[in-house]
Amino acid sequence: MNFSKLMLGLGFALALAAPLVARADPPGDPAAATNDHGMWRDKNGDPTFKVSADGTVDWYTYSGFRRYHSECHVCHGPDGEGSSYAPALADSLKTIGYAEFFGIVAGGKQDLGAGQEKVMPAFADNKNVMCYLNDIYVYLRARSQDAIPRGRPAQHADKPPEFEQAETKCMGE
Amino acid sequence: MRKLLLASCFGVAALFTAGYAVANDELAKMAADPNQWVMPAGNFANTRYSELKQINTDNVHKIAPAWTFSTGVLRGHEGAPLVIGDVMFLHAPFPNTVFALDLNNDGKILWKYEPKQDPNVIPVMCCDTVNRGLSYADGKIFLHQADTTLVALDAKTGAVVWSVKDGDPSKGETGTDAPFVFKDKVFIGVSGGEFGVRGWMSAYNIKDGKLAWRGYSEGPDSDTLVDPEKTTALGKPVGPDSSLKTWQGDQWKIGGGDTWGWYSYDPDLNLIYYGSGNPSTWNPSQRPGDNKWSMTIWARDVDTGKAKWVYQMTPHDEWDYDGVNEMILTDQKIDGKDRKLLTHFDRNGFGYTLDRATGELLVANKFDPKVNWATGINMDKASPDYGRPIRVAAMSTEKEDVNHKGICPAALGSKDEQPAAYSPQTELFYVPTNHVCMDYEPFKVSYTAGQPYVGSTLSMYPPAGDSNMGNFIAWDGKTGKIVWSDPEQFSVWSGALATAGGVVFYGTLEGYLKAVDAKTGKELYKFKTPSGIIGNVMTYEHGGRQYVAILSGVGGWAGIGLAAGLTKPTDGLGAVGGYAALSDYTALGGTLTVFALPSD
Repeated sequence: MNFSKLMLGLGFALALAAPLVARADPPGDPAAATNDHGMWRDKNGDPTFKVSADGTVDWYTYSGFRRYHSECHVCHGPDGEGSSYAPALADSLKTIGYAEFFGIVAGGKQDLGAGQEKVMPAFADNKNVMCYLNDIYVYLRARSQDAIPRGRPAQHADKPPEFEQAETKCMGE
Repeated sequence: MRKLLLASCFGVAALFTAGYAVANDELAKMAADPNQWVMPAGNFANTRYSELKQINTDNVHKIAPAWTFSTGVLRGHEGAPLVIGDVMFLHAPFPNTVFALDLNNDGKILWKYEPKQDPNVIPVMCCDTVNRGLSYADGKIFLHQADTTLVALDAKTGAVVWSVKDGDPSKGETGTDAPFVFKDKVFIGVSGGEFGVRGWMSAYNIKDGKLAWRGYSEGPDSDTLVDPEKTTALGKPVGPDSSLKTWQGDQWKIGGGDTWGWYSYDPDLNLIYYGSGNPSTWNPSQRPGDNKWSMTIWARDVDTGKAKWVYQMTPHDEWDYDGVNEMILTDQKIDGKDRKLLTHFDRNGFGYTLDRATGELLVANKFDPKVNWATGINMDKASPDYGRPIRVAAMSTEKEDVNHKGICPAALGSKDEQPAAYSPQTELFYVPTNHVCMDYEPFKVSYTAGQPYVGSTLSMYPPAGDSNMGNFIAWDGKTGKIVWSDPEQFSVWSGALATAGGVVFYGTLEGYLKAVDAKTGKELYKFKTPSGIIGNVMTYEHGGRQYVAILSGVGGWAGIGLAAGLTKPTDGLGAVGGYAALSDYTALGGTLTVFALPSD
């Protein structure tokens, strides 16, 4: 089953997020294989990044940079580098695949005890996160592969028209 | 609720006999005794000044750790312990453990209290599960838990005397601030500006935990306890619905203005002072208007909560410059006239001096010269913009989807919650500051209860040409001028202490406790504690010895923003040292280190 296709296909039937059981498959080869309405996919069909020779990043990587630094960075630190509070996702995504990532973000995660309770909330009903989950994944995947440096991507591809439509629909505007 | 009674021996029975009606007199008397440290800021005025002088500029270089204590928690440790008689009361971040430590017996644990809280409160605490400390009155220790429960513990036994829930963590309402006791009431605010929580100040009776009053930062006058005729802003009545008029529709309901800082009190004026935080969201174009009364200095009647005066420092915030920092109350002469002053170092980089009786603005100057979002504060009483910042258009973040560059200070402010100190000997304020700038890119977000409501990206770096991310400064509040400034590699995120020994103490994010000369800023002593310091320095005397205590335990916003080092801007501003990763210097821990002169 391809989660990313499922998500797009259902246009965010978020109620489904909880029952989905995340597979613990590691991420595969991140090389971009196909372009799906402006979003790149690897050969397994998982969302991925594409950085041109001149450093221009695809729209999703750029959008993910922005959404990460709004929704995630207050715990996970700048640029996916981690903090005193939460792990470095630029490292975590070296081993966490797309499906598992989706499951953790939607359903949350608890790691209690040992003097440092780690609790991540479930974001399943947070549109600011779920409408941009692919974007955030693509951005962090690029960071995990050192495909982009820390900081704001200097140049990015234009916003695909399909993105705009999906965004408007998902955010319910 | 679970508590452990580890011992019953307790040597301060005499302190626990006073009735609640005289709690204020009792507390005021206790605060005047420099051997004890009976409230979070040392005194009602929040000067964080101690008359103790056994440790002074001549001998401070000889101090050394006398004893240490681990809290068993690895999160960011803010605040400072209390000392009441022979007992030290120490708090910890989530799960908010409280320890009573016997000073007659090397800090042996007399009792320990650990509330059972739903761990789901953890992720709705923006920027770490910190707690800023305890208060004492009438034989009770007051704790404001992460889940907003205010609990009164029997100071002798740790038994719960009463407990009340102040907010709803499922909506993002959490507790991080230290309770404060003024008169017969205990005061707590709320955290949650990044979750759209509309802030308030609650006053509970210390006797029975009954809510006496609650004043919101935003909303109708009946909620804000603002009187259209009697409440003034810069000398003029605010008029009806002064808050509602400055919001579009009912955005005020999720408008932020949270109250997680420190509170001070003037017994003669019967007023409590505190600041309200940023309006929600961080995307300013989504909330047109001045967004009153976020970003405001509040003076409320302690008994009724009625607002005497208000002053909004950053109308329509565009940078997350929370106004929650402490209000320090001093009596000083300006132009030969005795003034009752209130001094406040705001996140927005301006140091404000006001008349605390009337709210008149006397001085407003930058306490970091790199502040660039405004050129100054309009001090022309005849101007319609009197008291408002004179903004620099280029630093506005009003436009969505644009990366606004080079704004100083960054969202963590020129100073965050880490409180400053004031010495009446030098008439100077000692201010821990941040020296960090940012790029800020706002965009549209939607609101979901209990979910983050931020709406902006942020990247931070030191100001152009500088390699230090912090300064520890001495400030003259009468003139609004920096007297001396000690650069620090990292932001200074520790509360300062000034003493009659002429020594000022503070901690650093690498973990150093530092002692400097109050007159010159010259470093006299430093010691590296087990973890980075975001706690506040306090002092007490026991058995004829002066002790200086500091909590170390890196975390908080500092641990989040700086652990991995700042982001290098593409245009190469700043020097290499400015991007150092805090994680290369220190690791998590939670330890109290107590210093004294050698006992020989």
